[in-house]
Amino acid sequence: MEITLYHYLTVGAILFSLGLYAMISRKNAIMILMGIELILNACNLNFIAFSKYGGLGVDGQLISIFVILLAVAEAAIALAIVLNIYNNFNTANIDEVDSMKD
Amino acid sequence: MPELTTILFYIFAFITVGFAIIVVSTKNVMYSAVSLFMSLFGIAALFLLLRADFLALTQVMVYIGGILVLLIFGIMLTTKITDAEIKTNNLSYIPAAFFTTGIFVILIFVLYTTKWNQKTPIQNEETISQIGKALLSSYVLPFEIASIVLLVALVGAIMFSRKK
Repeated sequence: MEITLYHYLTVGAILFSLGLYAMISRKNAIMILMGIELILNACNLNFIAFSKYGGLGVDGQLISIFVILLAVAEAAIALAIVLNIYNNFNTANIDEVDSMKD
Repeated sequence: MPELTTILFYIFAFITVGFAIIVVSTKNVMYSAVSLFMSLFGIAALFLLLRADFLALTQVMVYIGGILVLLIFGIMLTTKITDAEIKTNNLSYIPAAFFTTGIFVILIFVLYTTKWNQKTPIQNEETISQIGKALLSSYVLPFEIASIVLLVALVGAIMFSRKK
């Protein structure tokens, strides 16, 4: 049985759903970040699957490079924000952060 | 006897998905981080199977060498290790599980009913030189904007984490 586009898209869909589940169900801000990373990876996997099977060619890989780059920027900024929240509220749980001022 | 690439695909797909399930299901944040590490490795291997050699290397270097270390730093700095309180709680499992399953079913339905524009893949072609040429010709504007984004993110992260 040969591997087709649909196999990769299925893996991407599963990863996307798991990332979404992590984002919805987790309290810890860092776990939410991990969910976002899973979602971005699912999207990268889809882009590269289309770059091989969908005739997208090298363009798909370039889009993935930019996605990875944005993921890096996002992770750096988000962790800085999480550290700030921890300094102000002494917790990294999103549901306990419920006021704009401390 | 199935082909070798088929077997490899299933192995790496199971690694990726299995560790991703551990990421979302375990209560220990540190276990999640290590499982995310394995899952990202599996995705890098899938990239290799898709003949995206440069992307696989970038994935290993950037995600595993960069983002994951950053996440572990974040875990270490935001949990009191002396309290052994490195665990995280889950909020509303069941609605989240229903919602995500619904999204997953919709996604799978859309994936398998859409007629994708498929082409027969080109065999054995290295991509690094093509990516380099494309980055400096037709993608030069996104490339420059990406460098500005990185600079702004760097400055922003420093500004956020600086003591007032």
